[in-house]
This record gives sequence, C-alpha cells and structure tokens, in this order.
Amino acid sequence: MESLEPILAQHSFFEGLDAEYLKLFVGCASNVRYYVGAYLFRTGEDASQFYLIRQGRVALEIYAPQRPPIVVQTLEAGDILGWSWLIPPHRWRFDARVVEGIRAIALDGKCLRTKCEENHDLGYELLKRFVRITTQRLEATRLQLLDVYAPHV
Amino acid sequence: MPLTSEEGSRKSTADPMCPQPFRVESVSRETHDTFTLNLQPAGNAERPPFSPGQFSMLYVFGVGELPISISGDPEQARRLAYTVRSVGPATQALVSLRPGDWVGVRGPYGKPWPLQAGRGKDVLIVAGGIGLAPLRPAIFHVLRNRDDYVRLIVLYGARSPGDLLFRKELNAWGRSPDTQVLTTVDYGGVNWRGRVGVVTTLFRHLRLHPDRTVVLVCGPEIMMNYVVAELEQHRGVSAADIYLSMERNMKCAVGFCGHCQYGPYFICRDGPVFSYQQVRGLMGKHEL
Amino acid sequence: MQNSAGPVPRAVVTLEGLRRLIPLLERRGYQVAGPTVRDGAIVYETLKKLEDLPAGWTDEQEAGRYRLKQREDAALFGYNVGPQSWKKFLHPSTIELIHIERNGEGVRVLNQSSPPPHYAFLGVRACELAAIRVQDRVLLEDRFADPVYASRRRGVFMVAVQCTRAAPTCFCASMQCGPRARQDFDLALTEIADKGRHLFVVEAGSAAGAEILREMDPREASPALCQEADEAVERAAVQTRQMDTAGIRDLLYQNFEHPRWDHVAARCLTCANCTMVCPTCFCTVVEDVSDVTGSHAERWRRWDSCFTQAFSYIHGGSVRPSVKSRYRQWMTHKLASWIDQFGSSGCVGCGRCITWCPAGIDITEEVRAIRGGSATSSRAL
Repeated sequence: MESLEPILAQHSFFEGLDAEYLKLFVGCASNVRYYVGAYLFRTGEDASQFYLIRQGRVALEIYAPQRPPIVVQTLEAGDILGWSWLIPPHRWRFDARVVEGIRAIALDGKCLRTKCEENHDLGYELLKRFVRITTQRLEATRLQLLDVYAPHV
Repeated sequence: MPLTSEEGSRKSTADPMCPQPFRVESVSRETHDTFTLNLQPAGNAERPPFSPGQFSMLYVFGVGELPISISGDPEQARRLAYTVRSVGPATQALVSLRPGDWVGVRGPYGKPWPLQAGRGKDVLIVAGGIGLAPLRPAIFHVLRNRDDYVRLIVLYGARSPGDLLFRKELNAWGRSPDTQVLTTVDYGGVNWRGRVGVVTTLFRHLRLHPDRTVVLVCGPEIMMNYVVAELEQHRGVSAADIYLSMERNMKCAVGFCGHCQYGPYFICRDGPVFSYQQVRGLMGKHEL
Repeated sequence: MQNSAGPVPRAVVTLEGLRRLIPLLERRGYQVAGPTVRDGAIVYETLKKLEDLPAGWTDEQEAGRYRLKQREDAALFGYNVGPQSWKKFLHPSTIELIHIERNGEGVRVLNQSSPPPHYAFLGVRACELAAIRVQDRVLLEDRFADPVYASRRRGVFMVAVQCTRAAPTCFCASMQCGPRARQDFDLALTEIADKGRHLFVVEAGSAAGAEILREMDPREASPALCQEADEAVERAAVQTRQMDTAGIRDLLYQNFEHPRWDHVAARCLTCANCTMVCPTCFCTVVEDVSDVTGSHAERWRRWDSCFTQAFSYIHGGSVRPSVKSRYRQWMTHKLASWIDQFGSSGCVGCGRCITWCPAGIDITEEVRAIRGGSATSSRAL
C-alpha cells in the first residue's frame, strides 16, 4: 500500500506545516473510493471526517422538499471537502453526492479534534487553513447570490 | 431576396452615422434567449475587416440601433457574426430576423483585444455569460496562430447549463494542444455533471505564470470586479497584463453622442477594451 | 479667418454704416442670424434688417432669474447672453440623420438632407466663440467628424460683439474665455452708445471681414476712441462671479465622494435646463420612427441630457439612478473629464446654467463648496 505522506505533503492545504504535525495527519488518513450516485455524507449525519479529493467530482446539495435538490457547489481533484467535523455539533449541513467517481483521502476528524484540544498550536494551524477555505467559499456564495447573469438585475 | 441597385451606394460611406446594407445569411439559436446572426454585405460588397473585441452598430429597420460585439472568426472573409441575447424590444427584433432580411451595419468600432501583447505568453480568457461572445474572435485568433502563443486557458461561467454558449466549440477548443477550457455554472441541476460555482472558483484549478500571462476578461461588471481582485490579489497578475471589455450605453459609437462616458473615457472611442491599469480607479465607483 | 500678429488698425462705423452689414452679408449668400427679442427673452433668429436686433433692451440675470428691461439708450448689444446659443444652428436640437425606404424587398438608405445655409452669425460674444471652439474640438476634430455639424460650421462668417458689461452670472474671466474676443472672428464690434453718440469700433479679423468693413463707410478710429472702447471691455472683466480653476480636474476626481453632492441633489430637479442652455453640451440621442405601412423609416437625432435616467440605461437599468450621480456626472464632465477627453475645460463661463436653473444652482458655488470642504469634510457645508 502506498504511503499517504507524500500526497499530503504536496497538497497546498498542508503547505508550511510542521513535519511532526504532518505525521499526525498521515496517521489519521485513509484512502476511500465512492462511485457515481453515492453519497459521501448526508445532512444531519455525524461529521467525523474530512476529505482531500484526488479524483472525480462531488456535488454539495441542499435538499428542499417537493423540488429538486439545489447544488450549491461542486468540488473536485485538489479540493478539501468538509469542515462540519470541526464545529459542534459535528453534523453535516449538506448532502455530498458523487457526480464523477471519487478517489479521496479521508482524514479522521474525531482523532484530530482530540489532538487539537490537547495541542492548540496544531489547532491553530488547522483552523487557519479551514478559515481560508470557508472564506473563499463564502465569497463565492456571495457572488453567486448576486446572480450576475440574470436578465434583469 | 433580390437586391436593389441602390444598395451599397457610395454616397453614404463618408457619413459615420449612415449604416451599410447587410443581409441576414442565417440565424442560429445558441440558448433559450441567445442567437447568433450571420450577416453578409448586400450586393457584392466586401465585408469590412475587424479585430477581435470590436463591435458594430446593428440597425433593424424602423426599430433602432444597438451596439453588438462581433463574435465570429476574423478570418472568415464573407460574413460578420454577432451573438445577441434577447433582453428587450430591440434585441428581440434583432434575433427575430430571418434569412434574407435587411440589416444596417455601422463599424466595426472600438479598441480590440491586445493580441499583439499576448504573443509569446499564456493567454488566459475569463468570460461570464454573453461575455464569451466578444472573446470568441480572440480565441479563434489564438488557435489559428497557435505558435505565437504558449498556453490558451479559457475560464467560462454562465448562469445555468442551459445558458452556456458555444458548448460544442468549448469542447473542441479544450481538445486542442496546450489548451485548457474550464466551464462552470452558478446554478446546476441534479442532472448536470459539470462544475457548479462562480467563475472565480475556477482559478483554483490553474497554475498561472503571472510573469508571462495576458488576461482578457469580459462579463458583467460586478463579475469582472471579482475576477480582477482574484487575479491581482491572489494570483500575482499585474494590472497591466489584465484587459477588460467594459459596457456603457452607446448610441453613436463614434464619440459624439456622449452616452458611453466612463470617467475620463468614452467606451466607444477609448474602449471597449481597457487595460485594468486604466480603469482600476473607476471600477469600484458607484453610479459613475 | 486669419489673425495677424501685430495690433490691428481699427475703424469706426456709424449706425448707418452698420445698417449695411446684413444686406452686405446676404448679397454674399449668407443667412444672417443674431439676437432678437421673442417671448420675453433675447434669442437667436434669422435677421433680415438691423431693426430686428434688440435695440434699447437689456437683461437682468441672477441665479434662477432672467428679465428683459428697457435701456435708457438705443444700444443694439446692451445685454449679455440669453437662453440660446449658436449651437442652435451648428448642432441643431433635432435633425433627421437618415431615412430609409423599403420598396418590396429592396432597401434604400438616404442621408442627404438639403444642404444647410451659409450662416453669418451677428453678435457672437467672446464666451460663445470659445464655446464654438470647444464644440469644434468635440464634433470636428476627434477621430470622427459629425457631418451635420461640419456642414453647418464650415465657412461661418463671425461678427463678434465685445461685451461692455457683465451680467452678475458671467464668469468668463475666470475661465479665460472673455470678455474680449481676440480671435476666430471676421469682424468684432465694440458698441459705444451714449451722449448722443452711437458708434461701433470695428476690428477685422480676416480678409473677408476687412472686405465687408470697407463697404460699411469706415473711418479711422482715433486712439482716444480705441482706448475708450478698450476700457469699456475691461469694465466687463470685473465680474462678481468667479471660479477658481486651479487643479480643478483633480479636485473633482478626488471628491467623487463628497457630502456636497447630496446637498446639490436635494435642490436639483434634474430638469436638464442647464444642459439645454449650455453652449458646449453636445450629447444627443437617436430616435427611430417608422410609418404604419413599414415602408419608410427615419432616424432622428435630438439633444439629450445626462440628467435623464435613460441617458445611461443599459439592460437592467440606469447606471446613474440617483440625482446626485447625475449632477456629479454633469459637473465633473464639464470641468474635469472634459480636460482628459478633449484637452480643455468644457465650461466657458457664460453663466447660462446659473440663470436658467429653476432652483438657482450655481456651478461656481458648487465648486467653491467642494474646494472649501474637500479637506475638512461636511463642516464646510
């Protein structure tokens, strides 16, 4: 089995991270595969992982009764998926449906949560990285809200 | 339809406000609200040359005149193509024309995309919605003169999958050597297998070389604001290498009706293509 | 028109001599236009005889106020500028650009309207010559020339009149556009009407002007009379309204956000009067009309104004929906971006926008408020 360490080390998410911390992440990492139509998780389920997508495409959906689900965003190779594991009550807020077959590295959130509580330096490094991602997604969502291509703005 | 002998009369050529007679060759539907008109000069007249990024004034008999960017291939000698989104009575009249119908054409006008400046560099094209239309001639130019440029990257965002223009061409362009085409939509249904997310989310898939990249951007002004912010603040592209096609109300296209003023500029005379350096102080200003 | 370098010898003609001017111009094929009284104002119309001029009339002008009043003398030019300017003739308020005939399946585009008259303008003030120069730059000397303006402007015979009084709304001296007309005229008149005298000191600015002058029974003007005429013009240079134009372009660019714009927006009615009376405002809009049979269509051009919402309409709405943004656009264009666009200010200091504003908004006051308040925020208001 291939070691996941070089893959994590090369990913921009882990850029600049202390080698010791990186080992921690590697220890919590495992390879996963999902096929088209599968769900990585669904709204309300326990959020205990996050994913580093290596291949494929996943759609984040909000379910709304009596209408088709709304796709908020798609994520693909190179993207980080999921931060609900980090924020209480640790439940997913979206459905994550596979649009193109997924290969990903899953990182065990429960294990990381515990380690972050024990080691706030690690926690800070991790939060910095997630804040960046959430900010980017929030900004993209704001632009999406503007509906810039609508016929009459 | 037969053409009268008066068409293409010499008398009118000196008058910049006098349209030249063209005939509709074909109208093709691109999406539910967007059509491409192919026009040919009436009689045996030559079509005027144009550079990618320029626009014409299209006049529909008795209805009115509109500024429309040329969306066709600059090397296609016989016709001029215009991709028009039907958003009001005048554009509706334009897209309702039938083959053989008469159209008055003035132009082409305006500053083109700086394709010379892009030689020897990567060309990054960022388009939103109908904004792909004025960039399409630039893409044709780069693909036709492939050795003059390094990589061609096209980022294209539209409202929904049904709003994506030139889908077949986008696929074909993406298969060309050293060419990367990424598309995304703001709203995708469950059957859409492509990307969902605003056009700026596409940048994360790129590895840019800011020192040898020229960027051409066209889309709604607010979208361009986000794009230039991303390019400059997060991707290290300098303002001098970013070019934008701006929009204002153009009535005369020749600099004397005053409508298209944008700060110190007239869009028709000094644009529509500007370097970001020229307009960065104006872009954030409300109601300018 | 030519301007010699040295001092031009000046002549004096009497009222009777001046009476010959209109026929002399008409004989040369000119249609003479100049000031006349109509509807309680001095306007520019075609003149047939000297008596058409507003003899014995003057005007009282203030912000938002214009009245005609009888003078005690019979001076022909004893007033300042009225609501109209010469753009009425050179850049008509409405004109058909083209008409298009559809006959069966053939289409014919016609753009030859009847050729305009050869104009002679009688009574052009220094600020108005400056305004014509400004419009020449915009409509003739940019990348494209407006054929309508070009055909009317070509060969206009200019009879300037030197102002010997300034209205309270005048600020041509600040804009360095007056009161003395120094160039671009064929003839320039300074009227002296007092103590039983009614004389015109005349300066020829071109060969054509000199030729006409010779037929007006001229006599040599004495140095004393020339000095008297010059002093009269100098008196008109003493103006109550002033505009400090130092660094005005950057001043307005830097104060795009300034509380004064809200202040003026509360008074501005967006009536567009200022743009209609302004001798340099050139904006136009095109209207397309067709008949019910669908065989005939016309394109008309008419003056437009940046004070309308439609002016900046692009699909989805107006770029400048607020009154504030439209007043700011007008004033910033006139005094600042005009310099970037055409190399000079768009304002000549004629004061028409002040007089004809129903709310009495005074462009000189607005500049002063922005200048005064630019460093110190809204306390200057």
